[in-house]
Formats: sequence, C-alpha cells, structure tokens
Amino acid sequence: MALKRPAIKNIPYEEFKDNETFERLVEELNQNGVNIAVRSLDWLFDWGRSHSLWPLTFATSCCGIEFMAVCAARHDIARFGFEVTRNSPRHADVILVSGTIVKKMAPVLKRLYDQMADPKYVIAIGACSVSGGPFRKSYHVVQGVDEIIPVDVYVPGCPPRPESFLYGMMQLQRKVKVEQFFGTTNRKERDPFKQEYKERSEKILAQQEEA
Amino acid sequence: MNLQYTPVAPEALHAECLRLREEEMMDFLVFLTGLDLGEEGFGVVYQLESTQTGKQVNLRCVTPDRERPVLPTVSDIWDIANIYEREAYDYLGIIFTGHPDMRRIFLREDWVGHPLRKDDKPEEQNPLRMDNEPLSDTTWQYELSQDGTLTKRENVVFAPSDYVVNIGPQHPSTHGVLHFRVAIEGETIRRVDPVLGYIHRGIEKMNESMTYPQMLALTDRMDYLGAMQNRHALCKVIEEAMGVEVSDRVKVIRTIMDELQRIDSHILFFSCLAQDLGATTAFIYGFRDREKILDIFEETCGGRLILNYNTIGGVMHDLHPNFVSRVKEFIPVMRKGLKEYHDLFTGNVIARNRMEGVGILTKEQVIAMGCTGGTGRASGWHNDLRKLRPYDAYDRVEFDEITFTKGDSFSRYMVRMDEIEQSLRIIEQLIDNIPEGPFQEKMKPIIKVPEGVYYSAVEGSRGQFGVYLESRGDKSPYRVHYRSTGLPLVYAMNAACRGNLIADLVTIGGTFDYIVPDIDR
Amino acid sequence: MFDFTIITNWLHTLLVGVLPEWAAVLTESVLVAVVIISLAAIFAMVLIYMERKVCAFFQCRLGPNRVGKWGLLQLFADVFKMLQKEIIKMRQTDRFLHDLAPFFVITASMITIACLPWNKGAQILDFNIGVFFFLAVSSVSVVGILLAGWGSNSKYPLIGAMRSGAQIISYEISIGITMLTVICLTGTMQISEIVEQQYTEGWNIFRGHLPMVVAFLIYMIAGNAECNRGPFDLPESESELTAGYHTEYSGMHFGYFYLAEYMNLFISAGLATTVFLGGWAPLHIAGLDGFNHAMDYIPGVVWFVGKALFVVFLFMWERWTLPRLRIDHILTLEWKYLMPISLVNLVVMALVVAFGIHF
Repeated sequence: MALKRPAIKNIPYEEFKDNETFERLVEELNQNGVNIAVRSLDWLFDWGRSHSLWPLTFATSCCGIEFMAVCAARHDIARFGFEVTRNSPRHADVILVSGTIVKKMAPVLKRLYDQMADPKYVIAIGACSVSGGPFRKSYHVVQGVDEIIPVDVYVPGCPPRPESFLYGMMQLQRKVKVEQFFGTTNRKERDPFKQEYKERSEKILAQQEEA
Repeated sequence: MNLQYTPVAPEALHAECLRLREEEMMDFLVFLTGLDLGEEGFGVVYQLESTQTGKQVNLRCVTPDRERPVLPTVSDIWDIANIYEREAYDYLGIIFTGHPDMRRIFLREDWVGHPLRKDDKPEEQNPLRMDNEPLSDTTWQYELSQDGTLTKRENVVFAPSDYVVNIGPQHPSTHGVLHFRVAIEGETIRRVDPVLGYIHRGIEKMNESMTYPQMLALTDRMDYLGAMQNRHALCKVIEEAMGVEVSDRVKVIRTIMDELQRIDSHILFFSCLAQDLGATTAFIYGFRDREKILDIFEETCGGRLILNYNTIGGVMHDLHPNFVSRVKEFIPVMRKGLKEYHDLFTGNVIARNRMEGVGILTKEQVIAMGCTGGTGRASGWHNDLRKLRPYDAYDRVEFDEITFTKGDSFSRYMVRMDEIEQSLRIIEQLIDNIPEGPFQEKMKPIIKVPEGVYYSAVEGSRGQFGVYLESRGDKSPYRVHYRSTGLPLVYAMNAACRGNLIADLVTIGGTFDYIVPDIDR
Repeated sequence: MFDFTIITNWLHTLLVGVLPEWAAVLTESVLVAVVIISLAAIFAMVLIYMERKVCAFFQCRLGPNRVGKWGLLQLFADVFKMLQKEIIKMRQTDRFLHDLAPFFVITASMITIACLPWNKGAQILDFNIGVFFFLAVSSVSVVGILLAGWGSNSKYPLIGAMRSGAQIISYEISIGITMLTVICLTGTMQISEIVEQQYTEGWNIFRGHLPMVVAFLIYMIAGNAECNRGPFDLPESESELTAGYHTEYSGMHFGYFYLAEYMNLFISAGLATTVFLGGWAPLHIAGLDGFNHAMDYIPGVVWFVGKALFVVFLFMWERWTLPRLRIDHILTLEWKYLMPISLVNLVVMALVVAFGIHF
C-alpha cells in the first residue's frame, strides 16, 4: 500500500521545507512493509495525537516570552488544539525547550523529560537550544539540547517569530502523523518497580506486626 | 564617567564602611563586584550612594593573596552585600570573613574552580554533569583569627524538621527558571531561600574575550524586556569613556525607544501578574496591546523582542518612515487599554484582596536591599535615575516620578500601571519634535576604550541597570560587570514573603517583576 | 408533555416477553449503565469543547478550528491521544490508593449524573430522599481527591488535596442549606416531584421570589467552588501548585480527573436547573395559554439540556473573568458570609412558606 502523505490544513505538502528528510524518515519507518489494518488503526491514533499536542509550560529565557505571544490573541495556538499548556510534565505531550540550557539546568531538563509520559516529543526552540547560539562560547552553556534529550524538530531564530513556532509545531504534526503506534513505540514494558514495591510493603507490614 | 575610587586596605575596610554608613549616610550600596587584577591579587569594588544627599563614593579594596583571598564582609552594614559577596565568591573565590552564608550562588555546589579568575579553565574542569545537583541544607561562615588561620563554622539554612517545598526551577509562576526553596508551616512561609544560576550564561566572562561591538548583542538577551535600555546603558558607558557625543536626534530616539520598551515591559508585567493570579483573560488582553508595540519595534529595528537597535555612537538604522504615525496611533489605543485593565483587574475585589497589605517592604528595607525601580518607588524611595541624573532627552520632558508609601504588592502594581501613563506622556512630548541629524556617529572600525574604570547607569524597566567597565586600552574590556536589576529583588523575596501564604509568594514574585536571565547573567 | 415512561414500559414488557423476569431486569440495568457512561462522557466532551470555545470568545481568540468544522472533532483527537498515553508507575507512592483515587472521583460523578431528571419519566435514580442522596454521593469525590494527594507522595498534590478538603467540606454546607431552602418550599426531596411541581406551579426561582433568588446566587458561588473551578480552583491552582492534586497522574488516570471536572460542572449546572429553573419543565407564563401550549411542544430533554448549558455558560463566565482567591479568603467567604446569609435566607424562606406569600 502506498504511503499517504500527511496533510496539514492550509499548507500544501510541497510548501513545507526539508521534505527530503521527512521522506527519508517515512521510508525508514516503513521498511518492513505496512499492514493495512494496523496502519488504519495507527492512523486514528496518530490523527488524535497530532492534533492534541499539549505543551509543557517550560521556558528558560527570551523564547518563552515569544511562546506566550503565540498563546495570546494574535497568533492563538488554540486553533491547532495546542492551547492546553500543562504545568505538570506528567500531563504534557511535547516539551518546547525555549531558551538557553545551562549546565546547572541540564539534569533538571533531563528529569523533566523523563517525567513525561510516552509518547513524548521535543522541540528545540531558538538558537540557544539548537546549538548554544550566541552563548556557544560560554563555559556554562550546553551546546544544544540534543546533547541531553532527543529532539524532534529544531526551530531556529533568536528568538523565533511566533509564525516559526507554529511552523515548527506543524512540522511536528507531520512527523507524528506517520508514526507507528502498534508494534514499535509505546510498548507496554513490564512494571519495573513491581518487585521492589512488593518487598517494601512486606517490610512495612512486618514492621507493623512487630510493633 | 570615569570612576574615581578610594583605595582601602583590607584591614580598614569594615571600619571605613561603617564610618561612611554612619557619618556620611551612605545607605545604598549600588553595586559590589570582584575583580581579578592578575599580579596584584583580587580586588572588590564598592559603589556607595547616599539617598539623602545623592553623593557617591567608590571604594576599592585589594587583597594581594592569590592563594587564599580573604576580605572582611560588609553584609552586616548593607543587607544586599550578602548576595553580592556570594556572587564575588562564586566568580573569583574571594572569601568574605564573617559572612553568614558563604555558598556558591550561580554555579553548582560541586563546581570546580572560579570562572572569572583569569587563569581558570572552567570548560576543562567541568564537563557536562547529568547527575542531580546536591543542594545542602547547611552553609559555611568563615572567620579569620588573630594568627591568620581561617576557621569555618556551619550555619543551618533548613533544619531537618523544616517542611521544604521546592518551587521551581520549572514552575509556572517563577517567570523562568528560578528555584525557591521554601520552608512552610501549613500554608505559611517560614523562609525562602533562592537558588539561582539555572540560566547563568557567563555573559561577564564571555565579554572579556569579545570586542566592544560584539558585547552589545548579549545585553539584549539579559533582560529581554529591557533590551533597549540594557543596550543603551552599555553604549552610554562606552561612548562616555571614549568621549563620543551622540547627536540630538539619537538622544531623542533613544529616549522614545526606552519608553516604548518600558511600556512593553509593564504591559507584560500586568499580563503575567494577572496570569499568576488566575485571571487568564486579563493576560490575553495585555498581550493583545503589547503586539502593537512589537509592530512598531519590528518596523524600525527588525526584531520583535531582541531588538539590536542601539549601537556605539548612535542607533543601527534610521527610524522607519511610518514610525511617528504608528506611535501616534498607538498612544490613544494604549490609554484605552489601560482603562480596560483597570476595569477588568485593578478594580476587582479579589485582585485587591490578594494584593493589598501583602508583602510589605519598608523604605529602609528597600534601600538596604538595593531594590531600585518600581519596587523601591512603591515603598517611597525616590530612585528614578531619569529624575536624579537625567540623561539623553529626559531633562527636556515633563513627567512625574510615581511613588507610593505603603510598599505592599498593590503599590508595586500601581507604580507600574501609572508609569505606563507617564511613559506615554514622555513619548507624546518628544514624538513631534525629533530633531534632524545623523543617526549614527562615525566610529573607527576597531573600537578601543581608553584605559580606565567607568560606570554608567540607566533607568531600566525594573530599576537601575548599570554597567561597570574596566578597560586596559585593548579592543576588548578587562572586566565588565552588569548591575542586575533583578538580583536585589530576588534577595528581597525572603524578607517580603516571610509570614505570608504560599499563594502570596506568587503575588509578591509577580509584583517584584524580576526577569531571571537578568539575575543570573 | 411527552412521558418517557412510555418507552421504558414498552421496553420492559418487550423484554419480559422474551426473557425471564430476572434476565430482563439485568439487561435493563446493563443498558442503563451504558447510557449513563456514554451520557457522562458525551457531556464532559461537549463541555470541554464549549469551555475552549467560550474561553476563546472571551479572550478575542478563535479557539480550536483545525479538525472538523469549527474544530468540532478536537475533543475526539484529545480522547484518542489520552487513551494511549502511558500511565506512569512511580516509586515510593502508595500504589493502591494512588490508582484507586481517579475511580472514586469518576464513580461519584457517574452516580450523581444518574439522579438528574432528563425528561418526564427519564430519570434513573429517583426515590423519596433524592436531593439528600445526590448531595451525599457527590461529596464522595472529595475522598478521591484526598487519596490522590496522599497516594502521590509528593508535596504539591498533598497541599492541593488538603486545600480541596477544606474547601469542599466548607462549601458543602452552603449547598446543603440552599437545598434546604428549596425543600422548604417544595415540601419534598424527591427530584421527580420537585420538577413535577415546577411544571404545574412555575419554576422555583419565580415561585419563591426573593429568598429563592438569593439561594440561587449562593448556589452559583458554592457550586463553582464544589467543582474546584476558577476562581475557586485552589486545589489545582496552576500558578502555585503546578497542577495540584493530580500533578503526578498521567495518561487516562489524569484523563479521569479531567473528565470528572467537567462532569461535575455539568452536574452542578444540572442540579441548579432541577431545583431552581424547573428541570425539564418548559417556560410557562401565567395568562398566556397559547404561548404555554407552544412551549409544551418542545421536548423536556431540550429544555433540561438547554437550561443546564446556560448555567454552565454562567459558570464559565465566572471562571474566565475573575482572578483566583486565596485559601483564607475562600474560607472567610464561606464561613463569614455565605453561610450566615444562607441561614438567614432559610429563615426568610420558612416565613414565606408559613405565611403563604409565595406564588
């Protein structure tokens, strides 16, 4: 079955930049052929996911102010259904790393990323988080967030205009739309803490009995 | 201006400072910064100001010991020295004896070396560490005994019985990556301990290896809501040092731009405060009007937030032909918007209750903690540099310095709201008579500042933004220090929040209006 | 008015005809359960969509408009995403209580939604202490919230849960007293009878005039507080406690809290509609018989849902206009103002009923 090109409302496929990278990604994802039934189910979930990417309110510097502008009346990120900014990483789907990440912040960012529930995406917003930007020479700045966490979309600019934010979000939507849900990502792993939890509660019970 | 300073010996420093404080009423420590003087050892510069007479005194104290630089603390004389000395310790490893809290301030507690030392190699000694930072609950106080040995004593920040809640680094209402460790009892705050440095980008160190025009780019990114003013301050200090006189046109343009930026910042202040208090609609209304200023900026400067407009000897480009008409259109829109804000938010009984009588700072407190700008003026401290030491076109316009006396959150809020009106007044007076003239002075291709020490300050959106520049005549500076407007405000959080509720921490932080990259630099 | 019991009776006879009595009742129960669950889910989704659009309307924005006409499919996208979001298992939490908490909240909402009178005869739970039962069950959700706060073993949820406990228990009193005021007038606690009465004698808010209007206003404040919605959203208070009691929940567990919030909103509005605005009873104006007759042709369910959505709109208006209160202000408002006022109001109502000066 031929792969359908993901459609984004109001922007034709050809007008997106960097379609080659995108096509390569699609090819890689579909190397082993596509099962029609699974793919249609995937399509449903991907459609849901791509139109409901809830961002984490995370901003370290200038780009954060532009993100606020994106949420405000003129640019209105709500049109895409992304306006439900969550403050808790557990509820969020996408982390927009807007601003410089310094060495002191790096473990915190990693932790935030780890706290997010799968499927999770990362957008590096602004020159600083793409590569260190104007602060590349500094002793305390991480040279791009991709050193710490995997990045899906890079949005350059210092700071990027609100339109770039939206464009970056649309690129992410395209990427989400070709993802495979069954069989690849989002596997249900065995609960890693089950044993530990059991032991701990047994210990507490034993202690209580002794008391 | 070239800074005249009095050298003081380390032994006499404390007594001299005490004398100045008591006899000459030097109650405001403008800034304090450490320097690496190479062979001479380490130095610390103090700028003192009397809020009654306006007189300024600069002190410089040098310790020749490079191995173990020790200086007496002045944190018992001026409260704000507490946090400035921690910064000097962090940057240069200068130990201040008698300082109650000698911890690092910006860098990780397990950081190796002191980055602003000229012989320090911070990148080599400190690779990217992904383990969580250890945050200790205790701190050290150093004492120098008679025979010259250094002893240290442990001070407790948080006792094991304290219930400590971490607010930040990722938290919606800290306005960036600020981290407060808050000891609470029920909902009441017992102590606030700010942990800084989550956006410390080492701008001061980077500047030491940059040429003067390169330095300009970074100032915009420090306090991004005072981008114009920051850059203005840096340009001003370099121009003063080189003896360049900018044209009248540039002066007026800079004044108008500064005021537009101030309005921009104050609208954002209003929006964020409303958002913090849960009034989302007010937040959006503020941003709606802010976009209009951004449009004006964009036409002339090319940027929305980071403007890159001022340059040494003038401004980057001439004003856009539409500028004057756009600004004139904007003024009535803003007045209408301001009325709307007051209707929607200021008059709201819930907002009033949340702000009135909350987080009171007295005049003595704000002076001791160096809280300039709106926070100081809300407590009745006349500290507006535009009035005290008028620069550029401020001496030819009429405007009022807004001061309140109560010092609570509501006064801080109203100071900013009323300042929007004053800024509009300034712009109204200037917009019709922008003089003709060059928008940029002819500068040499390579800019070298003559040897000397310079300091210059402007009234930023949230207080006095100053640049301390020490030049050795090269094409890059020897030491640059920015007097951050936010650092004193963060220090004042503890005094303002103690005894209030957790919800008040958000209100107080909102009305202090600090910008985190400006604190951490 | 169309009586919904015709349909239920027909269904019952049909089932009894082909099945034994017990099997028929079982089938009916399952059917009813499915109806409740889908009703709850649908109304929560409608309300979320409505909230996003209403909020956009207040804030000069557009709101969701990319999926479907006017963004109508937005909520389906959210649900599909939420369904396959990972549920994070955390160390050092009380796992049993942590996982149990969302079910308490959602179950409480589902049971209360069963008490609402959708149409004449279309009410699932209806007995002589209806209002009392309604209040009792709706307050079960606070247990869920407290469990969520406790089971998460995290500081923000704990503070949020304690706030929620203090707030909900306080405002329950106001709601209880306003309900007493209504019962004082109607003389019955059975929900179907309350509505039936309003059908024949006019809506309570007109019938009980002044004290009933006061009771309605108090209910509008206290009902909002019961749903933990702004300006009373302290347990969540985004700018202070990140997300309050459900900070640590992810995936569908968080989804339950999210849905329950909107279901509770609908239930609050539904109760207000039932006891003050006449439930499914159409608008009748004394003397205009033709108009009244025309109104009777509009089905009861339309009346009920329409009125409930109107009340929901009022709640949303409240939320998107006002800033958040502080915990001590919330308690002061309840204990020093709302409760005394509603007590006095109850006495006034009793006098009105005793002297028969209601309509």
